Amino acid sequence: MKNFDLIEAGNGAADALRLLGTNPAARFIAGGTNLVDLMKYGIENPDTLLDISRLTMTQIEKTATGLRIGALARNSDVAANELVGKQFPLLSEALLAGASPQLRNMATMGGNLMQRTRCHYFYDISTPCNKRAPGSGCGAIGGYNRTHAILGTEPASAATTIQCIATNPSDMNVALSALDAVVQVQGPNGTRSIPLIDFHRLPGNTPQRDTVLEANELITAIDLPMPKMVGKSHYLKVRDRASYAFALVSVAARLAVENGIITEARIALGGVAHKPWRLPDVEQQMVGKQATETTFREAARQLLAGAKPHEHNAFKIELAESAIVRALQTVAAK
Amino acid sequence: MAKKLIGDPLDRIDGKQKVTGSARYSADIKRPDMVHGVLVMSTIANGRIQKIDTAETMKLPGIVAVMSHENAPKLAGIDKNKTTEVATDRVLQVFQDNRVHYNNQPIAMVLADTYERAVEGAALVRVTYDVQPLKPELPAGMGKAETPKNLPRIDDQVDTIRGDMKKGLSDATARVEERYRTPTQTHNALEPHALVTFWEGDKLTMYNATQGVSTCQKRVAELFGMPKENVRVITQYIGGGFGSKGTHFSQTILGPMAAKLVNKPVKLVLKREQMFGMVGSRSATVQQLTMGATADGQLTATTHHSITQTGDFDDFAEPAGTITRMLYACPNLETTHKFIRANIGPTAPMRAPGEAPGVFALESAIDELAYKLNMDPLAMRLKNYAETDPHKNLPFTSKSLRECYTQGAERFGWAKRTPQPRSMRDGNYLIGMGMGTTVYPVNRGESTAMVRLNPDGTVQVETATQDLGTGTFTIMTQLAADVFGVSPDQVTLGAGDSKYPEAVGSGGSRTTVSTGSAVTQAAQAVLKKAKKMAYSDKKSPLYAIAEAEIEVVNGRLQLNSNPKTGEPFSSLLKRNGNKPIEETTPSKAGDEKEKYSMNAFGAIFVEVRVDEALGEVRISRMMGAVAAGRILNEKTARSQILGGMVWGVSMALQEHTVMDPRTGRVMNANLAEYHVPVNADIRDIDAFFVEEKDDIANPAGVKGIGEIGIVGSVSAIANAIYHATGKRHRDLPITVDKMLVMK
Repeated sequence: MKNFDLIEAGNGAADALRLLGTNPAARFIAGGTNLVDLMKYGIENPDTLLDISRLTMTQIEKTATGLRIGALARNSDVAANELVGKQFPLLSEALLAGASPQLRNMATMGGNLMQRTRCHYFYDISTPCNKRAPGSGCGAIGGYNRTHAILGTEPASAATTIQCIATNPSDMNVALSALDAVVQVQGPNGTRSIPLIDFHRLPGNTPQRDTVLEANELITAIDLPMPKMVGKSHYLKVRDRASYAFALVSVAARLAVENGIITEARIALGGVAHKPWRLPDVEQQMVGKQATETTFREAARQLLAGAKPHEHNAFKIELAESAIVRALQTVAAK
Repeated sequence: MAKKLIGDPLDRIDGKQKVTGSARYSADIKRPDMVHGVLVMSTIANGRIQKIDTAETMKLPGIVAVMSHENAPKLAGIDKNKTTEVATDRVLQVFQDNRVHYNNQPIAMVLADTYERAVEGAALVRVTYDVQPLKPELPAGMGKAETPKNLPRIDDQVDTIRGDMKKGLSDATARVEERYRTPTQTHNALEPHALVTFWEGDKLTMYNATQGVSTCQKRVAELFGMPKENVRVITQYIGGGFGSKGTHFSQTILGPMAAKLVNKPVKLVLKREQMFGMVGSRSATVQQLTMGATADGQLTATTHHSITQTGDFDDFAEPAGTITRMLYACPNLETTHKFIRANIGPTAPMRAPGEAPGVFALESAIDELAYKLNMDPLAMRLKNYAETDPHKNLPFTSKSLRECYTQGAERFGWAKRTPQPRSMRDGNYLIGMGMGTTVYPVNRGESTAMVRLNPDGTVQVETATQDLGTGTFTIMTQLAADVFGVSPDQVTLGAGDSKYPEAVGSGGSRTTVSTGSAVTQAAQAVLKKAKKMAYSDKKSPLYAIAEAEIEVVNGRLQLNSNPKTGEPFSSLLKRNGNKPIEETTPSKAGDEKEKYSMNAFGAIFVEVRVDEALGEVRISRMMGAVAAGRILNEKTARSQILGGMVWGVSMALQEHTVMDPRTGRVMNANLAEYHVPVNADIRDIDAFFVEEKDDIANPAGVKGIGEIGIVGSVSAIANAIYHATGKRHRDLPITVDKMLVMK
């Protein structure tokens, strides 16, 4: 790890952004559960860290349209929050499925949004990685790729080869995707709102960019809108051990059902792509159909259409299909 | 309430220090003017270092030196750095030349005034290589496997054959012929390898996390070419070893070398990712088993051919077939061992080396055979019960395996198992029950102990053993206390320091067997002297009483026919010059080894829940029944068995060192991706000891318990998965992807 300066980032987002403006190469640090790890492995080598952990962005409050959660709210606090538990249990479930209690006590919501991939090659600076060192190649393609992406890896143009098959490792992001969350961001020129479904990117030809957040912006909050239809939800995570393991495949599922007929559906997949995998068209097609295994399996197949396995991860296609069906069945049975 | 001295679940004597954090482990030691070493590791698997560029490193503040093959002290005893017959003496990579034998090999050490500066300095070292093509690990190169000169335990034959294999196979009505594979596993004790070393003239002191202060002292002295008296090794606390600190790997030598180079105390602590290579792995294995049996389940033939791997610089052969030779009464049997050489870090002993992968294969194969014959797997094993050791043709000193089977099955509820695979279900879960025999030989080395009975009746014990976290220090006080009939808190132990009488390294479950016997014998010799003092002393109430009629109870010598006649040690010793009685006793195996076979046995029962659609396996229940002679402390002993069983779960379902065959680099060198079980993986785990008395095996009456827990657990889990799903998994670990492929 490179030695660095640690600077307290003031009293509010504006202060923090001003400090960043004077030192554009600096990085924000909050819980540090990911950034410090990346620094230890030599993936991130900042000279300066701007400590935003004392900024007062930890609120969890009701809004006219739903719930607003501050970017610095701790994962454990959000998971245990009564409002979240009542109105968005899917988020609690997903948060509790991630990491360990110690990590969740430190990790913030904004930091979790920015969590980087666990790809073995991204993490090992002696190997090539287009995400870490653009243009160096992808070690995972032709290497060990059991945990890697099966969807959304296409390059931006047919002329180039696949650049990156890394996955987004977050459980929280998968739930937020299914909850139509909106990320609130502040930059030097003001604020903007980014729907979560657009916040994370597919790798295309620039896998070094995980999200659409600009280098001079700061996440301030996450908005959870109340769904149109009252429904039930479930977060299903398949992993190599029962706790403290990243998802091989995960499913955040939400269904509203009336008289056996689906009135609203959300399905987001984790562990299969560079971002939480959602296809709103498939969800729309489920509306009006019966909440049965046939419908669920059909939706699962459509979600996975076009999946491209690599040497070690073909099992994820079947696994994801089973997991989607199981998650939806679990919701329907609630 | 008076405490029983032996067998009771006593708390460990260092428990308070450990839970309060006051225990100082090797990495906690500080010395004035101490510098911090951080290793630089290779990023190629085979070749030579062309250049080590330290220009950027040396520009940093606080950098003291960069040690590499270009400037490292030459070792006077470097000719000892070769393959040997001693299992724990592996060939080391200690900067004596520019060769790179494996990826993630230590090639330089940056020394700085702070750890942070050393870390940054290490990251700035630029190395260029002359890269050679690498020799990949198993299963590559199996065709070129060679026969090793010896197995780690030098008495174990490499290849064996008995009876008539052809006849045995033709007599069989059912046959299993299968290949079993186990992966490379990497040592990951919670405490990383750590040492603080400093020189005072030609005298070296090492605070070193080691499984053998005496063996470390000898090995370091040997490589530095100096008398062992000049080396002192201290290890008061160890955060787990499991074999990885039994071999004195490269860091053990690099620490003192660096301290010599910079002429300051040096602290060296390995980073987690640096442990994936240089501190040993359990070899991957490919095992071909053939077993045949008659219709009533009698084994007629067994062959067990093992191929394992070793570093291209080394000579370690994982002894996977040794248990197969002796576990069942099978008249016709053949076992062979071969290995390949690959550009990998040293393979070396890991908890139950050989036994753990080998018994997985053996106990899977006999399970397969039982199903083929429609026999209860437990009945199949009882049918082939070996009353004497069929390999050595010797009686056992004791064997209570039958009782382990029976009592284990009873407590587990084996009778509730329905025989057909896929016959037990709970909602989305298939339920399966499986069992495996577990076994571990009694290994005994030479240890010496000093025992001193003080005039105040307290006892001092000194021996250069060490406590890996198992409770050894506690056990040693109990053994001495038992001889004198005093409470263990009346016994003070000096250990964990090579200045004490030499003792064996803690490996092969041999510490209590060896050093415990030395303590027992030394204490008995002191007691004999005390009795003599009493019956020779006219002022003693026991004057002129025959030795055999004197017993010791509660720190008091007394007439066994009339306990009122007697006196405490304190009054006897005070009257006789107020001096302590002391004995130093070396202890080692006698000819019982030639007359008997000595082993601990047990049975492991497992219930699994399999979510077939999702490929997930979780352990719902696990029960271990073990017979291992005298159990000295029910608490620490049971923990050893449970720990072994948990590692069995790990080996069966999770652990796997993943190497990229293109680079020979381990791709999951961290504890997030190198999985070991968490609490939630195992719902209900229990173990108990079947009563067994063994007066022949050793003076302490004990058998090793450190390793037996893992041995039978691996197969028990695989067998339970078969019972649940009807699918036989022969390739470990049994992960989600493999479950789905086999579905």
